[in-house]
Amino acid sequence: MSTHSYLDFEKQVAELEGKVQELRQLASDDSTMDIADEVQKLESKSATLLRETYAKLNPWQKTQVARHPYRPHFKDYIDRLVEDFTPLAGDRYYGDDEAIQGGLGRFKGRSVVVIGHEKGNDTSSRLKHNFGMAMPEGYRKAVRLMDMAERFDLPVLSLIDTAGAYPGIGAEERGQAEAIARSTEKCLTLGVPMVSIIIGEGGSGGAVAIATANKVLMLEHSIYSVISPEGCASILWRDPAKSKEAAAAMKLTAQDLLEHNIIDLIIPEPIGGAHRGREAVMDAAGDAAIEALQSLSGLSADELRRQRQDKYLAMGRVAGTA
Amino acid sequence: MNWLTKIVRPKISTLWKKRDTAENLWHKCAQCGEMIFHRDLEAAQKVCPSCQHHMRLPARDRLQSLFDGGSYDEVEYPDVQIDPLNFKDEKKYTDRLKAARNKTGDKDAFIIAAGTLDAQSIVVALQNFEFMGGSLGMAAGEAIVRAADEAVTRKTPLILFAASGGARMQEGILSLMQLPRTTVAVQRLKDAGLPYLVVLTDPTTGGVTASYAMLGDIQIAEPGALVGFAGPRVIEQTIREKLPDGFQRAEYLKDHGMVDMVVHRHELRATLSRLVRLLMEKGMAAQITAPVSEPAQLPVTQVQTTLAVAANEDTDPRAEKDAAE
Repeated sequence: MSTHSYLDFEKQVAELEGKVQELRQLASDDSTMDIADEVQKLESKSATLLRETYAKLNPWQKTQVARHPYRPHFKDYIDRLVEDFTPLAGDRYYGDDEAIQGGLGRFKGRSVVVIGHEKGNDTSSRLKHNFGMAMPEGYRKAVRLMDMAERFDLPVLSLIDTAGAYPGIGAEERGQAEAIARSTEKCLTLGVPMVSIIIGEGGSGGAVAIATANKVLMLEHSIYSVISPEGCASILWRDPAKSKEAAAAMKLTAQDLLEHNIIDLIIPEPIGGAHRGREAVMDAAGDAAIEALQSLSGLSADELRRQRQDKYLAMGRVAGTA
Repeated sequence: MNWLTKIVRPKISTLWKKRDTAENLWHKCAQCGEMIFHRDLEAAQKVCPSCQHHMRLPARDRLQSLFDGGSYDEVEYPDVQIDPLNFKDEKKYTDRLKAARNKTGDKDAFIIAAGTLDAQSIVVALQNFEFMGGSLGMAAGEAIVRAADEAVTRKTPLILFAASGGARMQEGILSLMQLPRTTVAVQRLKDAGLPYLVVLTDPTTGGVTASYAMLGDIQIAEPGALVGFAGPRVIEQTIREKLPDGFQRAEYLKDHGMVDMVVHRHELRATLSRLVRLLMEKGMAAQITAPVSEPAQLPVTQVQTTLAVAANEDTDPRAEKDAAE
């Protein structure tokens, strides 16, 4: 537990856990001291507090959890869930983008194409992966991999975790918008099953581009939105400090999205968030993904396309006017 | 005191009068500063006669200048749920929406029009920047779906004029979902084998460019139009440096292979008409040649006709100049 970086709303939990550690330290210095009772009391108190806190996280707190540095990322899921993972690189036009990873692998005994954003987990890997903010090459690589999946009749699994596509000169120069549009289009015309899991942040067009799937699943404390709360606050409130209000107004939580039929399923996280039970959450995500893929297994290429297109056509339409 | 009041008062009144006149009848070009008489500016479709700066053209002026005889039918699109997220920033979303509706007299940021262009049937979807910055929400999504369906039903091309600041944040995730949704609409048009022509006008940014506005069979941009995924301010804040001149302008997009052509507003109608004729003729040729036993001859004639038409129009010096740029 000491490896956690605590979020600001976890102050009390941090204090309790700190006390437990102090006690243990003292006991190890003095073997005559009996701390078992006290430790148990403190631990149960901290566990209760954590459970209560996480049961009623507000949208801004969820945003912070979704961005937690120790939350499992793409590579963690691959290591845990995918055998024989063979990363593939390059868009065949310009370069390779490390913010979007992808390749072939074996998931629960079947060959699949996996695509996803990787944010990195320390300074050097974050720089390498550009903090999970993709360039056009990333989306063009995704299109290439989806084409391959279609040619070899392999299902596509995508893991979404990005603040958004990278806003920079090079990205614009090389057609960021077009790359995202084509990738979304490829998702929609794909003749094989596609399942997406929002594992952290689903940031705008940069997320949609590889998340327009037959089934979209979301981790309990992940977020999915049209713009970051900070961006929304600075545009509509003209004050980035209003991010908390913006997060609440935009309805970006998994629970809100399920209510509006944008996603199909919420994958529960361990108490205290995915970063406090990394293996458990990755296993739960793996089980949910295979179940979703199995539910699509009997459908023909045309049926899969139609299911996806009908689903997205209905989004925002008043019932009965379809 | 008497001589002062006598002189000052008439001076103030003339000053006010003069200003009124200037504002109503004369327009100052934001680029070159030229004062343009309002009737001249309208006649020039809001293009500065002196520097060719393309100002924003009111939605219905554009439709009138495009369709034969300036006449067209507006096609209604279905109502959508109003403010499903109950969104409120400094103002309520419903109030912003009401204000935009009062200002424009329209339901939302799109107008769908059907009519003819040089006697060829077309459907036009026009995004109105005047309506909440042309933002893409559920209603705009519905309009694009409707426009595509209308084109499919009528078997006509769809011409889309884009102008937007991006997704409508007040509709949160539902506005984001219009990216895949409008992409499905475009797909339907393509499945039906009908041309989809996009005209990017100033400005077209954000999620709109990451969906239907970049998926045209042919992409046209108006001179000087700002077109990009991330807005210049966002990029400047991210990279903390000044952006190069002309960045994300139509000409820059052309240089980087993102659009087929940059077309002067005065040439736009002729260009669109020519493209529709060329693209729709291909379908006609297939229909005609199918039952004919000697297929070798007809296609040749068709090609010659096409070339002749293209050559005629290319003799216009301005078209050549545009093509060269």
